[in-house]
Amino acid sequence: MELLTQVRWSPYAVGIGIGILSWLSFLISRKPLACSTSFAKTSGMIERLFSRKKVDLKPYYRKIGLAVDWQWMLVSGIIIGSLISALLSDDFRWQWVPLSWEAAFGGNPLLRVVVALVGGGCIGFGARWADGCTSGHGISGALQLAVSSWISAICFFIGGILTAHIVFTFIG
Amino acid sequence: MQANESLDKPMRTTVPKKDISSLLWGLAFGIAFGFLLQKGGATKYDVIVGQLLLTDFTVLKIMLSAVLVGMIGIYAMKTLGWVKLAPKPGSAGKNVIGGLVFGVGFAVLGYCPGTIAGAIGNGALDALVGGLAGILVGSGLFAALYPRLKQGILMKGSFGDLTFPRLFEVNDWVIVIPVAALILLLLYWLERAGL
Repeated sequence: MELLTQVRWSPYAVGIGIGILSWLSFLISRKPLACSTSFAKTSGMIERLFSRKKVDLKPYYRKIGLAVDWQWMLVSGIIIGSLISALLSDDFRWQWVPLSWEAAFGGNPLLRVVVALVGGGCIGFGARWADGCTSGHGISGALQLAVSSWISAICFFIGGILTAHIVFTFIG
Repeated sequence: MQANESLDKPMRTTVPKKDISSLLWGLAFGIAFGFLLQKGGATKYDVIVGQLLLTDFTVLKIMLSAVLVGMIGIYAMKTLGWVKLAPKPGSAGKNVIGGLVFGVGFAVLGYCPGTIAGAIGNGALDALVGGLAGILVGSGLFAALYPRLKQGILMKGSFGDLTFPRLFEVNDWVIVIPVAALILLLLYWLERAGL
């Protein structure tokens, strides 16, 4: 029980856990752990509430389908699992502005939300363009030794490392 | 995951009953995944941005150990005939450009699609109000542009659903073992360097 109430585990314990989880998801559900397509589905489902016909004709949504599926439930489960872990270890906090952001750019929630919106836009657009994210390419694709995933994962980090340094060095 | 772009079939938007158990498994795997991400600190902006600023190597350690353990297990199960791989098809235009745009967003947002779900569970309101909305808008924008991209830039330098063992035309383990060794070496070096 003490293990469950610890705030942090060793990154290696967590990584090994995720690795074993990937075996089980391949074995039981025949699917790799992946997340980003579910955000595109959600986007399509919301848009469909307003213009059903238009969305039903969009080739990308026809390709991925707009039903709640295994991966969509996986992403919902992540919210729940993280909440359980945070509550067990008393690590749950409502927070508008992360600490390292506040140290560099101040505590204005509006600025943080606007920048998060822009960053989220790049994430959503880039994940669809690359056909995967840090979990689908970075973990599941990389562990299958997929060429597309290694290229993507390396580019995620090249883009991320350069941008983080530019933002925190020149703006912060 | 079947590509279904023909217009005569109706759009699938409801869940057939037989899929319910699959959905529950998805939820269970998600809960375990989210639990692990939170325990690792990967649901925190500070930890993710710390990785991109190269001051905190938690994210890389989690990813590399997951890939190491996952790869050995999945290839062992593949060798035994228990599982089939599902590598994603790729191209230079798709993975390099998409990867770099994603990377920019990764740094600006400070979460990725999996960890933002975890961050929301952890109480991060910038993730819920700003980041999530941004990801939905960005995905929708891509869906709108997709017809104009799919035969052009997304196919530039296409190499299909290639894996490294097939690229080099060798037995899987000729790649798996050296990659495992390299990951272990990199992790050992990170620890020795005190990172």
